Amino acid sequence: MNRPVLKKHIKPKHIREYPVGPCYEAGHLVTENATWRTQKPIIHIEKCTTCYYCYLCCPEGVIFKEDKKVKIDYAFCKGCGICAKVCPKKVIQMIREGETYG
Amino acid sequence: MKTKAFLSGNEAVAEGVRLVSPHVIAAYPITPQTGVVERLAEMVEDGSIRAGFLNVESEHSALSAAIGASAVGARTFTATSSQGLLYMAECLHYASGGRFPIVMMNANRSLALPWSIYGDHRDSLSLLDSGWIQVYVEDAQESLDMVIQCYAIAENLKVLTPVMLNLDGFTLTHTYELVELPTKDEVQEFLPAFDTPYKMDFENPKNMGFSSTPADNMEFKYQQHKAVLDAKKIIREVDAAFKERFGRGYGGLVDAYKCDDAEMIVVCLGSTTGTCRTVVDELREEGWKVGVLKIRFMRPFPEEDIIHYTRNTKAVAVIDRDISFGYEGTVYTNVNSALAKTGRDILKLNFIAGLGGRNISKDNIREIFIELKEGMEGKKKEHVRFLGLGVSVDE
Repeated sequence: MNRPVLKKHIKPKHIREYPVGPCYEAGHLVTENATWRTQKPIIHIEKCTTCYYCYLCCPEGVIFKEDKKVKIDYAFCKGCGICAKVCPKKVIQMIREGETYG
Repeated sequence: MKTKAFLSGNEAVAEGVRLVSPHVIAAYPITPQTGVVERLAEMVEDGSIRAGFLNVESEHSALSAAIGASAVGARTFTATSSQGLLYMAECLHYASGGRFPIVMMNANRSLALPWSIYGDHRDSLSLLDSGWIQVYVEDAQESLDMVIQCYAIAENLKVLTPVMLNLDGFTLTHTYELVELPTKDEVQEFLPAFDTPYKMDFENPKNMGFSSTPADNMEFKYQQHKAVLDAKKIIREVDAAFKERFGRGYGGLVDAYKCDDAEMIVVCLGSTTGTCRTVVDELREEGWKVGVLKIRFMRPFPEEDIIHYTRNTKAVAVIDRDISFGYEGTVYTNVNSALAKTGRDILKLNFIAGLGGRNISKDNIREIFIELKEGMEGKKKEHVRFLGLGVSVDE
């Protein structure tokens, strides 16, 4: 799965370097977007059956597969809890942001 | 032999749209624009336009749909009037900020309350700051020709700004005239298919209509301002090329009639111009040195042309079919700002006329010139005057 790569935004020096109106190459991300998250999903990976139902339901598209494991991109996860709600095995737990699991 | 047809202003616009062949038409009917939508629906049905006609549930949806179609690079057309234009106000800024070259016809009509379906310019002039190019036409031929020119202006990659084509409600939309029709081949040669790199494209995916932080937002607004200013040159070039190809030119941003040696000039928009020209001719026969300056484009504003054509003038009157309550007419505010830059001492008077469809008669125009003459002779004049009020307003 392709995860968007964060690109550093360099302020253009001349107006000609700006895109013409708000139209630019897709996938050009300059900022992370997760600061309003108060709850964070944690996957109990040892019990996960990798059914990917959470991946299908995530409205932000931040759940992805890496090394045959399901992972969450916390730089963009808003903490909505849909993944925890839909997980058939109930192995995703929502914890308060700032707390650590275990 | 040239083809001619007897058309109303609305029908002339529809014929213009048929000739430019947009891919998508999304419009909601409203008096006095309804004729345009009806005619276009018939043309789509009988196959004389190969366009998708979107039946939408409101004006807000009509322009939103046009924006969506324009985002994939389609040529799009919409039309509205009055309350409908106000209802799409939010989308007007989306279209101009997104740099979508949509062409929209607006039938100028009064705004409620009191409810009125008749003409004035308060609808479009109240949206002068929405980032659209605004053109005002005076007859059916100019309406048809300007549909073609509007696309050439909007789709120019240096401009990429939507254009609003304004016709006086009823006075122009419902008046029949003999109109010369160019052929579809001629028009398509003059206006090639729209091709833009700024569109949604599977081969070249884009992020369109994104947000921006305070660190970048102002640069996009500067760009928009520059594009509308640069449109002045494009407007003149398109008009010259049109004249070369079809034999009809309209003077670019303004149309000056007998202004060169005029001591007194009346400035106006749209269909009032014809009445003004007749009065100018009559007064010239009586020895008055008078002229009329029609402002065709309110945005970009033809500051240089106004200064040029009033260079020998001692007095200028601006007719506004509009009033910015508590101050003066919007056309006057703009003209006054241009004239103030010359530093010349010119008498300037503002006449509010024709609100809510009130007729602007030859006698009214003659009265304006008399007011200017008396003002030049030193008689004190009201700066902003409602012309043709049917009652006394003396305190």
